[in-house]
Amino acid sequence: MTDATTGPDHVTGPTPDNAMRDADRAQAQASGPVLAADGKPLKRSLNRALRAQKLRALALIAPLLIFILVTFIAPIADMLFRSVENEIVAETLPRTVIALEDYTGGVPDEPVYEALGKDLTIAAELKEHTRLGSRLNYETTGISSLFRRTGRDVDDLGETYTDQFEDLNEAWEEPSTFVALFADPTWIEEQQEWAAQAEADRDFNEPEPRFYLADGVEEVFPETAPMYERFAQVIQTEDEDSPTEEEPWNIVYLTLYQDLMANPDIADAYDGEVATLLSNAADAVQGFETMNVKEFFLESDEDWADPEVWGTIKAFSPEYTSGYFLASADLQLTPNGIERQDEDQRIYGLLFQRTLFMSMVIMFSCILLGYPIAYLLSNLPLRTSNILLILVLLPFWTSLLVRTSSWKVLLQQQGVINDILVWIGLVSDGNRLVMINNQFGTIVAMTHILLPFMILPLYSVMKTIPPSYVRAAKSLGASNWTAFWRVYFPQSVPGIGAGCILVFILAIGYYITPELVGGTTGTFISNRIAYHISTSLNWGLAAALGSILLAVVLVLYWLYDKIVGIDNVSLG
Amino acid sequence: MALELPPYASTGQKVWHYSFKVICGLIFFFLLAPIVVIIPLSFNAENFFTFTPGMIALDPDAYSLKHYRDFFTNPDWQQALWNSVKIAPVATLISVSLGTLAAVGLSQAHVPFRRLIMAILISPMIVPLIISAAGMYFFYSRIGLQGTYIGVVLAHAALGIPFVIITVTATLVGFDSSLTRASANLGAGPVRTFFKVQMPLILPGVISGGLFAFITSFDEVVVVLFVGSANQQTLPWQMFTGLREQISPTILAVATILITISIILLTTVELLRRRSERLRGMSPG
Repeated sequence: MTDATTGPDHVTGPTPDNAMRDADRAQAQASGPVLAADGKPLKRSLNRALRAQKLRALALIAPLLIFILVTFIAPIADMLFRSVENEIVAETLPRTVIALEDYTGGVPDEPVYEALGKDLTIAAELKEHTRLGSRLNYETTGISSLFRRTGRDVDDLGETYTDQFEDLNEAWEEPSTFVALFADPTWIEEQQEWAAQAEADRDFNEPEPRFYLADGVEEVFPETAPMYERFAQVIQTEDEDSPTEEEPWNIVYLTLYQDLMANPDIADAYDGEVATLLSNAADAVQGFETMNVKEFFLESDEDWADPEVWGTIKAFSPEYTSGYFLASADLQLTPNGIERQDEDQRIYGLLFQRTLFMSMVIMFSCILLGYPIAYLLSNLPLRTSNILLILVLLPFWTSLLVRTSSWKVLLQQQGVINDILVWIGLVSDGNRLVMINNQFGTIVAMTHILLPFMILPLYSVMKTIPPSYVRAAKSLGASNWTAFWRVYFPQSVPGIGAGCILVFILAIGYYITPELVGGTTGTFISNRIAYHISTSLNWGLAAALGSILLAVVLVLYWLYDKIVGIDNVSLG
Repeated sequence: MALELPPYASTGQKVWHYSFKVICGLIFFFLLAPIVVIIPLSFNAENFFTFTPGMIALDPDAYSLKHYRDFFTNPDWQQALWNSVKIAPVATLISVSLGTLAAVGLSQAHVPFRRLIMAILISPMIVPLIISAAGMYFFYSRIGLQGTYIGVVLAHAALGIPFVIITVTATLVGFDSSLTRASANLGAGPVRTFFKVQMPLILPGVISGGLFAFITSFDEVVVVLFVGSANQQTLPWQMFTGLREQISPTILAVATILITISIILLTTVELLRRRSERLRGMSPG
């Protein structure tokens, strides 16, 4: 009875499942089940012991596992999520997204502009429109300023109606009219209690009770009620004011006009003063001077007639987008489907290519420099090779920044190497070599930094190659070269494979060294990720680039595990 | 192609033999020179990054300790040093305590999903630092840990854990489990067995794992750059900004101090490794 989730026994001695096998064997020979001392079947008690052992092992691992899941795996998952997440458009412009559902191109009609007017008013009051503007600006330049400009103008949208309502009856200026129309009677009571208490006690600083709509008012005023509710919420949370004190936004009057036009019998739902007010208004709105929301937007900025702007909003309205990944591949999502970026904006393909190319160059330089050293170490007497090994380990243990700074010092135009070259006379003082802030600098510094990661796996493989094989080859008549190339080298290939993958994986994710010595031509994809996180603030794109890099690294590690086995990672 | 030259070697073989040694010498030079060259330069009396004529002539006046003085008096560097000293040991403590416990658990005979658990625990070492930094930045700002001391400590502890796991499980491979059974047989509870029997034997692995974790945190710059804020500016961070913006020779003094620290740590780890191998009756190394 073996356990499928654990491997075969690698522990000898009286462990429960060794005993279990013994019990199985004993049972095969004896006639009945073998019993333990307490009279229960032996197999059952052994099973229990095995389970207890597993639980104990898991209990020991659990704290660390939870720690890593929270501090490390959750962040990685968050990054993967962010690379496709795109809730901002649907969250900030919910009505517009719905209105654009059947949009196929061109300049949209009035209803879309109305929806946008409502969404943008709320967004501008919450100051969220700039965030959305910069998000969409990643896709189409110019949207950011478009949103900012119209965000300033949009609070005038609907003013025509505000004026006409107020001319009709001064009661429409009163906040209390709207409260009476929309607020739940219970809320009005609560609010009055709260106000009385605040009046009586100066130190009373509880917030005003949260506004909520009266039952059924949304059916009567399908447009105005949600808009007024939003208004009340914003007034309470953002401005820390009371809807009982503030005149509603112009957009509320616009929606009120729309609702009254759509349903002239609205007053039937009310009685008393408001009912008269409403029925008068319902009669009057038929004669109101109307306004065109589309014209309002075009007046604010003529780019609102640009189909590209609408195409972008439409393309990025779903909650999840492949846009960031497409951008990482120099593609873009347009209303007409996926297209290639403009020639001058295709940078990521180049950057990925460069990262891969430079990592390869670094990897090959490491083989070239690491192979002789590993060979030397594995063929010297143990005592000497141990001392030399320490010389290999010293750079490995030295701070990465120390090594990078020393390369900066060495390679500078006024640095040590140039000084020596000038002093020898190889280079004239006026023509000092440019060896830093370019690809050359990155390759040299990173080869130096990653060389120990090539030497150590190579050495551990070469140590196990018996010298007698080469001697046998030679005694059979092979030349030195043949003996090396046909006999020794093939046996060292696993070491080369391990070292290469290790160096390559480390190289493609490097950030610090390329950042410091790479200039503009020697930077890697990771530098671009850092740029998007801290400078351009395009986190989604940073996350998408990071996810691609992560996928490449994981595939390489999977290979490494197949070839070498993760468990064989040794630390010198 | 053994390394001793046989007496009957031909001229070609001799040439190859010696040129091979020269090549190896040059590679060792490439490995070590950049580190060694920093040390004399840090004693430069001028604010140059190269050897002055006075230094080459071994003129005592061309050498000075002024960059070291600057390091020990400049409040920015002192704050950075203090931050590093505050962060690294706490992170190490977390990684070592949780890591050792888990390594003991992992080395038991029956662990369900051992490969998966191992892969998760090792992952902070596998994932490129920039990706860990990006993910931690996003996630920690969601939960309010970004820019805090605790955030940096947790991040560094996570990065150090794979090293502890690897070194401690490596020492536990040779651990004779009949010792714990003997101890239990003699009446010791699991906790007492762990501290009195298991711990002394795996201690070298625990300490070298701890040193790896410490150096990981002490040298780490990418993650702290994103997860930390100006209040958590560590020594490597200060060096990084120093190198990127205006490179000041004080960096060379700091580098020399760090080289000294790494030599001490390397020696300790090397000695511990040999001791552990001796204890477990493996090759004396």
